[in-house]
Amino acid sequence: MDSQEKKPLEKVCFICAKGSLEDVYATLVMANGAVMEGIETKVFFTFFGLDGITKKTMNHLHTATTGNPAMRMPGGLPFPTMLGGIPGVEAAVSSMMRKQMEDLDMPPVDEFLEMITAGGGELFACKLAIDMFKLKKEDLSDEVSAILTIGEFYEMCDGDRTQIIFT
Amino acid sequence: MAEKTIAGKQINVTDDGYLEDMSQWNEDVAKEIANEIGIELTDKHFEVLKYLREKSAAGEALSIRSVGKSGVVDIKGLYKLFPKGPLKFSSKIAGIPKPTSCV
Repeated sequence: MDSQEKKPLEKVCFICAKGSLEDVYATLVMANGAVMEGIETKVFFTFFGLDGITKKTMNHLHTATTGNPAMRMPGGLPFPTMLGGIPGVEAAVSSMMRKQMEDLDMPPVDEFLEMITAGGGELFACKLAIDMFKLKKEDLSDEVSAILTIGEFYEMCDGDRTQIIFT
Repeated sequence: MAEKTIAGKQINVTDDGYLEDMSQWNEDVAKEIANEIGIELTDKHFEVLKYLREKSAAGEALSIRSVGKSGVVDIKGLYKLFPKGPLKFSSKIAGIPKPTSCV
């Protein structure tokens, strides 16, 4: 037996503030993983992260092809920044990334949100950002349970085995 | 690796309690592992376990999404059958290796 008592995580709260494909998916993979481990999970979407729960945008997220030094061509060669700026390139690269993720059984965003709530995870939108982008509750995925202020979100993040993760 | 007596049978299990050899599995073994986790198995559970064992024997990597699309059970149903561990607990009870998928 271990001499030290293990103290597993009981709750994780994610804050998703960025709206690129990889930022939103990083949040969703970690949140869904937490739900699957039986950890209470809450996700707060704010600023451009709202794209990940907005019906119109959530399944068409892009990855940046300029200003992204880690971007590579399919063969592994560096991706020229000039090329990334040509109209249509970002959309093509993003759709290729989505296809590669689909091959690994990563679902489209709308289905991913459903998977998280099916396991009891909860999704929230930031009130301030909603007002700023002039969005309404109807514009958001039906899986989103409420629009909250950051104070209300922090109230949900109580407990001494809780972690807040900003992605 | 360790040996454990489950339902009166000597069974090789990993440190996490997953069966080393899925052919050592039977329904009583499943019931006892499920009991330890705190799950009472029903016919619906066995339907899912059977599906998992077939897929695992065929060498397919299981994900919660693929199980949800199997037609045997949807994701919500899977969470209801195996609370707090839809893929982990079901794999352990089905006598198949610990899942390696992140989704």
